[in-house]
Amino acid sequence: MSRAPLPYSQKILDLFRNPKNLGKMEDATVSAVAGNPACGDMITFYLKINDQDVIEKASFESYGCAANIATSSIVTEKVKGMKLEDAWKITWKSIAEEIGGLPAVKFHCGILAVGALRRAIRTYYKNKQATPEWLPKDQTFEEKQALEEEELAKILSKKMKMAEEK
Amino acid sequence: MIENVKELLKAHEGIIREVYLDIENSSMVPKEIVEAMLPYFNQRAYGNPTLTHKPGWEAFETIMESAQKIANFIGCKTLEEVNFTPGETEANNLAILGTALQMKEKGKKIVISEIEPLSVMHVAEMLTKHGFSVTKVPVNSEGFINLEKLKETVDSETVIASFSMVNHEIGTIQPIKEAVEIVKDKNQEAIFHTDASDAYGKIKLDVQKLDADLVTISSYKILGPRGVGALYVKEDTKIERIIEGQIGTQKLWPGIENTPLIVGFAKASELAFQNFEDNVNHMRRLRDMLINGIFEKISDVRLNGPKNEKRAPDNVNISFLRCEGEALTIELSLSGVYVSSGSACTRRLLQPSHVLIAIGRIFEEAHGSILMKVTRYHKDEDINHVLEVMPKAVERLRGITGSTGVG
Repeated sequence: MSRAPLPYSQKILDLFRNPKNLGKMEDATVSAVAGNPACGDMITFYLKINDQDVIEKASFESYGCAANIATSSIVTEKVKGMKLEDAWKITWKSIAEEIGGLPAVKFHCGILAVGALRRAIRTYYKNKQATPEWLPKDQTFEEKQALEEEELAKILSKKMKMAEEK
Repeated sequence: MIENVKELLKAHEGIIREVYLDIENSSMVPKEIVEAMLPYFNQRAYGNPTLTHKPGWEAFETIMESAQKIANFIGCKTLEEVNFTPGETEANNLAILGTALQMKEKGKKIVISEIEPLSVMHVAEMLTKHGFSVTKVPVNSEGFINLEKLKETVDSETVIASFSMVNHEIGTIQPIKEAVEIVKDKNQEAIFHTDASDAYGKIKLDVQKLDADLVTISSYKILGPRGVGALYVKEDTKIERIIEGQIGTQKLWPGIENTPLIVGFAKASELAFQNFEDNVNHMRRLRDMLINGIFEKISDVRLNGPKNEKRAPDNVNISFLRCEGEALTIELSLSGVYVSSGSACTRRLLQPSHVLIAIGRIFEEAHGSILMKVTRYHKDEDINHVLEVMPKAVERLRGITGSTGVG
């Protein structure tokens, strides 16, 4: 029973107890579901984007641990009113910092939150059939870490099987 | 980090009722056990039991009397069959590694199940680096070992077979007597070990009737202090020491005996076996009250492990779908209910409980599992408190999950 000590920060605990921007957004412009292959946590991001490519509002749902809920919550707060180009530049490290630090074993929660946001932004432009110059052609590390639901399910069942065989 | 923990603790201020159910991972030591231990720190028997002075002889007498008590509870022939170790992890390591060292000329095969505790599993796997092989006998969806497969697996190469009497996570009471017979029938010389940490004080355990060679028992799981356990080694069974140093009264574990802990272990045993039937019936009643209450009040839940008589009287292990386990442990903690989870999130390796995987639970079921154990000290009010807090906690977290989730 190898367990990680998890001295979560006050900020994480606060956002876990009272997450901001929680819930499905009915009038979302775009949404993205992304999961983490490390632990199986999943989040859905909803973005309402206006004609000027500015995020009017953001919300989330999370099937994950306290760190996952808190990092998702903080990302939705941070991107509100931001241009997509600026929202894209948010790093998981800055999220981790803002939240009062993440335990090392929970870094992937910050990576997932940023990865899911970027996946939503990429999907938005894909739907729009537009490619702004600043958008990297190849998937960034964070996006690669945040897998789509099906891909995640595949990896998890593989992982479970491996653990079984081990 | 320490500042964070202080803040987390502060968030618990104002909690009126606390219910601790994480007996699997550590336990509170009841006052009567602590009081029994106290004189042995500085009033008597604080000497080294192998030395020739009064505090030493007192320690010798105390350790032997404690061993005798425990020997009586499990039906040993002699008190020398009880070997104190610093815990069940050490006792399990001593059993597997000590047997492998003793028998390495006779064979190289170790047989265990898929759901053994890590202190059996990891030491067996470690031995594969030293020429041994490990075969894991599969279990069914309730965690019962496949006895047919066991029969096929044990052969002349087998040096040790190790199966827990009661599974530590899902409470499965194994048909351990049949397993001993199968192993001995296939190979008379193979050593049979059982980790009985979750059986001792909870189900009937008679080592002579069982006829196992090695049996692990643990102190903290019967609410004694941590840091002490014991390995029963059947008279004439030979195993090697796995650590070396000054040998005292414990021929298999060098170092100075920790008399107060041994006294606490013996006292905890006395309390568990005094009114044994009443204690067990009480735990069983609370266990079922908790399981049934959760099933009545919360939808989409799964019981992990068997029901009724085939389940340990203290064990409750339930998966809450669409509710992540680590988040649930924190949510419950903030309401004064302390439990643990088999979720990948709570583990350093970020893999869900191997026991839940082995019984065929899908990822989501393991991810939302909660393990609880009741004791003779718990009251109906404690269970009612859990049943009041739990539905709200699960409901809130399911609200956060929303439509997201693997499944």
